[in-house]
Amino acid sequence: MTAAAYNFAYLDEQTKRMIRRAILKGIAVPGYQVPFASREMPMPYGWGTGGVQVTAACLTPEDVLKVIDQGADDTTNAVSIRRFFQRTAGVAVTEDTGTATLIQTRHRIPETPLAEGQILVFQVPIPEPLRFLEPREPETRRMHALEDYGLMQVKLYEDIARHGAIATSYAYPVRVEGRYVMDPSPIPKFDNPKLADSPAIQLFGAGREQRIYALPPYTAVVSLDFDDHPFAATRADHPCHLCGATDSYLDEVIVDDQGGRMFVCSDTDHCRKQRPAP
Amino acid sequence: MSEAKILAKDFGPGPAGALLSVRRLTRRYGARVGCADVGFDLWPGEVMGIVGESGSGKSTLLACLTGHLAPDAGTILFDGRDMLAMPEAERRRLGRTDWAFVHQNPRDGLRMGVSAGGNVGERLMAVGARHYGTIRAAAADWLGRVEIAADRIDDRPPAFSGGMQQRLQIARNLVTGPRLVFMDEPTGGLDVSVQARLLDLLRGLVREMGLSVLIVTHDLAVVRLLADRLMVMQGGRVIEQGLTDQVLDDPQEAYTQLLVSSVLQV
Repeated sequence: MTAAAYNFAYLDEQTKRMIRRAILKGIAVPGYQVPFASREMPMPYGWGTGGVQVTAACLTPEDVLKVIDQGADDTTNAVSIRRFFQRTAGVAVTEDTGTATLIQTRHRIPETPLAEGQILVFQVPIPEPLRFLEPREPETRRMHALEDYGLMQVKLYEDIARHGAIATSYAYPVRVEGRYVMDPSPIPKFDNPKLADSPAIQLFGAGREQRIYALPPYTAVVSLDFDDHPFAATRADHPCHLCGATDSYLDEVIVDDQGGRMFVCSDTDHCRKQRPAP
Repeated sequence: MSEAKILAKDFGPGPAGALLSVRRLTRRYGARVGCADVGFDLWPGEVMGIVGESGSGKSTLLACLTGHLAPDAGTILFDGRDMLAMPEAERRRLGRTDWAFVHQNPRDGLRMGVSAGGNVGERLMAVGARHYGTIRAAAADWLGRVEIAADRIDDRPPAFSGGMQQRLQIARNLVTGPRLVFMDEPTGGLDVSVQARLLDLLRGLVREMGLSVLIVTHDLAVVRLLADRLMVMQGGRVIEQGLTDQVLDDPQEAYTQLLVSSVLQV
């Protein structure tokens, strides 16, 4: 089958309509997990089937797409999803955060601040922040409905009791507009402050779990914490080995078997722009 | 005779000042009766025992009172408020503040994957406590009151003995200072010496905090020690109720006589 045999952006129009409806509901109720009829996608669960469906439903032929995986534009997941939409939608692609109109991301928010008119799509493995505390789905839904979030705080309590500080470093739970507790997908907690009051639309798609949720622009998002153990965004205490940035989130790279390591920006686009021209 | 006595009490609204007023509470399972026409008043600071054999409707009654089961008929007033008309959100809030439920099996009432301190602190955090130091201090205080060593605060319940787990469950329930405590066979599955210690502890806490307690058990020794009043159930109905000593020493109904005489004397 050739690429031309696909509908624009792979999914048929009725499916996109169904997904758009879920997205609109998600935007109307920030942080609320909207169930949707997730489709089989030509990639395994866990590779971003939810994010891909949300992206497909939002794409227009004029869009400029950027796909990142752990901040990088050139890793397997990012490359294959970018190529997928190049083939099935024929949209322009870019690695530049500023010129992209739609960014699909796995586990990072770009360092370059987003602007109005941009859409950020997150790939979400487990949308339910209470899942590992309460395994029963009907019960977690009831807890959300009744704002019964004491249990979430128990998790943070356990962190402090065991590690002396809140050790949760990614997928750090947030409270949206003082109402729903939301899993921000496994982004590092360094990125949590960027969720709040963002001018861009932020959409979250979980394919296997069949949930979509959203943060409309300029939404209040607060990371949960204790009064005497406030939330703190953390990063490795090093400058980037390549660009020297001291304010970006870093990946630790093992470079030999002698214990050698270096720290580099996880956001490759940001790092490239910071570097002096060769 | 006693039937008429109960029925007269069953109509009429709950008296002012009663913490829990139950009238004509009925729950059927299809054609079978779970509990039928149960009515009583529980006063602040009072401990009421409910005894009866297995299948007599004790657990159904308790489940209806705590909102786990919807009764088919009857009214439940807590502090003058109609529990059955109350929205679930408010009922849950009551369940976290004014009520407590001590399960027979501590595994049902505890979070087994969470440390003792977290277990005790959960209710505090559920009602809005957000200061780690305060929560931890309250947890440590309560562990002390139920005689669990302070250095066990970060251990998880599976590392505790059965008696300690049950005491931990009690601490977890009483930390928010509830007014009404439901207990379902709190001493079941514990050996005799541990039972005695637990009962002693419970009696102390009940007096000290002025708790109203509804205790369901088939162990007459437990109600003799703890309960001010006693209700005997059979086949889903209350067949006899009165002061504990009165019912146990001078049982009127044939079934109660049988029950009292069945207790093994050592």
